[in-house]
Amino acid sequence: MTHGSRHISVPALARVEGEGGLEIIVSDGQVTETRLDIYEPPRFFEALLRGRQYTEPPDITARICGICPVAYQMSACQAIEDACGAQVTGEIRALRRLIYCGEWIESHALHVYLLHAPDFLGYDSGIHLARDHPAIVARGLSIKKAGNRLMEVVGGRSVHPVNVKVGGFYRAPTANELKQLVPQLEQARQDAEDTVTWVAGFDFPAFDRDYEFVSLRHPDQYPITEGSIASTSGLDITPAEYDKHFEEFQVPHSTALHSVLDGRTYLTGPMARYALNSRRLPASVRSVAHQAGLTATCTNPFKSIVVRAVELLFACDEALRLIGQYRPPDPPAIDVRPITATGYGCTEAPRGMLYHRYAITDDGTITDAKIVPPTSQNQRAIEADLRDFAAPRLAMDHETLTRECEQAVRNHDPCISCAAHFLDLRLADKTDKAVRLT
Amino acid sequence: MILVIGIGNPDRGDDAAGLAVARKIRDAMKPGEVTVRELVGDQLALLDEWTGAAEVYVVDAVCSGGKPGTVYKFDAADQLTERFRHRGTHTFSLADVIELARALGRLPRHLAGFGIEGASFKIGDGMSPQAQAAVDEVTSVLLADLKAGV
Repeated sequence: MTHGSRHISVPALARVEGEGGLEIIVSDGQVTETRLDIYEPPRFFEALLRGRQYTEPPDITARICGICPVAYQMSACQAIEDACGAQVTGEIRALRRLIYCGEWIESHALHVYLLHAPDFLGYDSGIHLARDHPAIVARGLSIKKAGNRLMEVVGGRSVHPVNVKVGGFYRAPTANELKQLVPQLEQARQDAEDTVTWVAGFDFPAFDRDYEFVSLRHPDQYPITEGSIASTSGLDITPAEYDKHFEEFQVPHSTALHSVLDGRTYLTGPMARYALNSRRLPASVRSVAHQAGLTATCTNPFKSIVVRAVELLFACDEALRLIGQYRPPDPPAIDVRPITATGYGCTEAPRGMLYHRYAITDDGTITDAKIVPPTSQNQRAIEADLRDFAAPRLAMDHETLTRECEQAVRNHDPCISCAAHFLDLRLADKTDKAVRLT
Repeated sequence: MILVIGIGNPDRGDDAAGLAVARKIRDAMKPGEVTVRELVGDQLALLDEWTGAAEVYVVDAVCSGGKPGTVYKFDAADQLTERFRHRGTHTFSLADVIELARALGRLPRHLAGFGIEGASFKIGDGMSPQAQAAVDEVTSVLLADLKAGV
């Protein structure tokens, strides 16, 4: 089959046709364009939030994503509190970081073991991997379960936690409830360290990129719940300045908005966090990262699995540290009264930076809402990856190229719930027009 | 323990069908006769949800190109058909989770259920009349099964 006539499709990726996909346009044997077309639930939720009370965004926005509800809750709380001039500190702040660790553990374990590792080991899916290596997959699920348990104990339940509110929590877990999680988290920490060693041994294509990384940066902590917004080109701003530098705009091929930083493509997520904050990791975690071959910055997106595993280890480590220092906040939430103002929130979802902005009035009514999920921010970088990755590989057979392109997308852990509910990959020659292939 | 699990997304039209069945079953059964759970989001959570349950029924929406409102019955003793299989960058379909559980030896002793073919999965929509009729049908059949076994 020639380059000019072939199409690549991944029909099983689409549950509902027409909601999203990836298209690679080839002309005269060259990749001329890549189009990541994703559907974007946040637009719906932004509209839904207008007219609602300022206390509602944590519960409403948690429904955007089944994988990272805590990220939505935390960015929402931070933005509302910012608008109201309230600041959460001390034990409540630590408890927020703890529940967020649960989400990182759950999400990273899922992605590393069941979504990304099978690509490197030649399996079609985590199910195929489990058939040959049940003990390995069981280890991943065990780590994930430790994250789930943490979210259940702090958040009330693991999917869409119900214990989070503006100002803090409805109820603080007791020290004993958290202490009971320690053995499971210690096992998860050991398993996460073994995970770093395991994934570092995979074969990685030579594919280094010149990314502009963007993530939160905190003076003395690896960023999860707070920090300034920093980039490897020297940006250092507060979340309130986000809209001055980051611009979202419509592109013809996608229902989702694209995002640029001062006109430039950028990348958020584990690689960005690591590049901007690796020295803020605990020494023990840094040591494991170095043994795995990571230097201060990782620019090969295929090695993001190693960075993600390092963050998995960090999240287990950090959860244990926070539980060790835990004192139940009393009261579990501060009083947050509405004023007429706009507030800004930015936290680090497992797959990247998540920005919320709310305008409220003094009776607590939300008049405007803006939500920018990490996958939307990463769209252009993913398209650029695909363009440069596919170009020298067009001679590959269909199946191999399709699989490797899928893997190149998965490098960035795109969230179907946040930004693309269903993903469909297609490759078309310009002369054949861009045909949807299912 | 007899467990009924409804799966779905309440914000996406007919994707809520499994959740609707679960709620109707909960309302119709006496407390203690059956445990009913609703699962929104990560379907991998099924592996933990059904741990310790001997008899499990799962209801999910499907989008397989069939006539909206069509009801498909399955028993996990057999591999599920393609109707129950979809893939996203994160989601695992019901068929995937069942196969993963089978590979890991974590299937309940008896696992069966229903799929309801949806008409629309558009975000923000309510359920279609076809899916609502199918919800009633599945609830009726499942209640009869459950009451026969209680």
